[in-house]
Amino acid sequence: MEFNGTLFAQYLILGVTNGALIALIALGYTLVYGIVELINFAHGEVFMMGAFLSLSAVSAFGLVSGAGWAQIALVSLVAMLAAMLFSGALNWSIDRVVYRRLRSAPRLAPLIAAIGISFILQGIGIYWKGSTTILPPNLIPTDIRSVNILTDWLGLETRIRFRALDLAVILLTVPLLIALSWLVYRTRTGKAMRAVAQDRGAAALMGIDVNRTIATAFLVGGILAGAAGFIVAYYTNTARFQMGFRYGLFAFTAAVLGGIGNLNGAVLGGLIIGLVWSMSDGFLQTYIPWWGAQWTPLIIFGVLVLVMVFKPTGLLGEAVPEKV
Amino acid sequence: MANLARVRSAGGSSQPAYAATPRSRRDIVIFVAILIFLLAFPFIDQSLGLRLMGALLPIGIYALLAMGLNIVVGYAGLLDLGYAAFFAIGAYTVGFLTSPGSVFVQAGWIPPFFQQFWPALVIAFVVAAIFGVFLGAPTLRLRGDYLAIVTLGFGEIVPNFFLNAVPLTGGTRGINPIAKPPTLGPFDFGQTAQRNWYWLILAIGLFSIFIILRLYDSRLGRSWQAVREDELAAASMGINLTRTKLWAFALGASFSGFAGSLFSSAFQYVHPSQFEFTLSILILSAVILGGIGNVFGAVIGAVLIGSFDRILAERLTGPLNAFGEQIGSDWLASHNVGEDRYVVFGLALVLMMLLRPGGLFPSKQRSAELQPDAEDISVQEQQDLFDVRQHDDEVSDVRGGQVA
Repeated sequence: MEFNGTLFAQYLILGVTNGALIALIALGYTLVYGIVELINFAHGEVFMMGAFLSLSAVSAFGLVSGAGWAQIALVSLVAMLAAMLFSGALNWSIDRVVYRRLRSAPRLAPLIAAIGISFILQGIGIYWKGSTTILPPNLIPTDIRSVNILTDWLGLETRIRFRALDLAVILLTVPLLIALSWLVYRTRTGKAMRAVAQDRGAAALMGIDVNRTIATAFLVGGILAGAAGFIVAYYTNTARFQMGFRYGLFAFTAAVLGGIGNLNGAVLGGLIIGLVWSMSDGFLQTYIPWWGAQWTPLIIFGVLVLVMVFKPTGLLGEAVPEKV
Repeated sequence: MANLARVRSAGGSSQPAYAATPRSRRDIVIFVAILIFLLAFPFIDQSLGLRLMGALLPIGIYALLAMGLNIVVGYAGLLDLGYAAFFAIGAYTVGFLTSPGSVFVQAGWIPPFFQQFWPALVIAFVVAAIFGVFLGAPTLRLRGDYLAIVTLGFGEIVPNFFLNAVPLTGGTRGINPIAKPPTLGPFDFGQTAQRNWYWLILAIGLFSIFIILRLYDSRLGRSWQAVREDELAAASMGINLTRTKLWAFALGASFSGFAGSLFSSAFQYVHPSQFEFTLSILILSAVILGGIGNVFGAVIGAVLIGSFDRILAERLTGPLNAFGEQIGSDWLASHNVGEDRYVVFGLALVLMMLLRPGGLFPSKQRSAELQPDAEDISVQEQQDLFDVRQHDDEVSDVRGGQVA
């Protein structure tokens, strides 16, 4: 069968957009894991709570239809900031109330607690917005949602759709990624985080407040998850209390694939998983008739299992020998 | 012997804690009383009009699952988050073998002997064990939290496969009917014979407890405890780590598969939604609530969690809604207690980890170990729960670089 370039480009765009979002969530996993070696199972739910809060924030504004670009952009920004603050604070408090008490416990104890937190947050999600899939309150009118940059703005003759919405996702995500990398590599806080990740004891001896540094990692991870929550809710135009589970596991897969604990790895893994996701959802169907989006989770969880079993250090991670 | 007796009598009634074996007279009396209560429960249920029999079947199955998971998590200290996958494999195996609607039966591949319930049950047990080995062999060398995630991935893949492999499994239509156990004297196992199913599951449960207790004291059981408490020391003593863990994993898996086949036959229906992640967590919270490493604790945990899930959630909703209308609370008036399951399971896990990591009923051996000189050992105990290596001075075997 002939290679369909247009279709491929189309799913490439979708894949990169999805990948940027997954990377945003994956960074939260990898930041926390790099420092405390805890798989923060509740991270997906922190993302979900951020999405829910942004919906509440938007409906608090009560945007009427026919709002202009400027108004939409302003409300979006405020809602996203609110979600970021909320998710950051939430993740920070979970660490403060639960994980910190289990810091010296065996490794599986905080993991089990994290699973518990994830369930509690899902329950709260149900109390908050119900157990069904919900439509986010009006923010972006349909005619703006469907603006195709390539044909509508640039006047190109093409069947590829690159929507303003896709561009917005990238415009919101990339600065966050740059800001994070600035924080980790260019600030004192970031230096402290890297030090604690390398050797907690030595970092403490050098006068670094270890607990505060760990708390910062949770805060920053939560902030990124909150931003992702807002973006995903309005990009997909749906929200559900279980959205954190699927996105969370996909993002965790991305973090592991890239090498957990490695920031660049999380972004690389996010892009790969995003591409796998979009190709499996749409592109493969043209060549394999019985293929469909329902097989995507199977592929991605398959990647998760295979990477964990055969290359647990991921693509960019390095093996550290076990000290007995 | 005589000396020992004299020493004891000289010491008055204060026997050392470890001398209280499970076979002491008090325990036997309690055991018999509970057994009679459990055996007679269908009649109590009938005379009091409780109508609990329908709910007790899934609770019994949960208890079986909790016993199996207790082997994996409690005895061997391996966190399995995909336990429901083996449950699904067991249920679907029996469905494939015995249902007239299954493609394998229609293709004439299944000999009539294996289309009966009991032989199919044995096959399901073996198939689940094979999958346990198949998943466990490559993953058991991974560190604890990585193993947990791999099992979680597997636990998502299996029901997803059953859901989407429509030609094989019927997808969301599920598989039905499924073979029932043949009538045994006065006991038939039709759809309405909930009472007989109850006794059957009770008998299987008691038998399983017996097996598990014997297993715990066997060479293998001792190896599990040794591996759980100190992997390195156990390996130095000549215990084969991989084989020991693999046995725990495979036995736990086969237990789950076995429970799955009972489940499918009791409810005459296999459907992919019965095996979701929530079930794995339900069973995990039962084991952790009841007491890690204590088979009775696991069963009690399963009964508590199961009663919430299958009895309270259904029966409390009506009165609560009525109460909500009375006091004029819209939220209470329309609240469905079934939706509280997430918070309940979650709280069970978090609170137990924070306050009582040994569970409500910690294993006897551990509480005996805890008694002699209090403080130090109790601290040690908490840390030994899963992994003896302390966190601070540990360098991981696999870590993808640092945040750097």
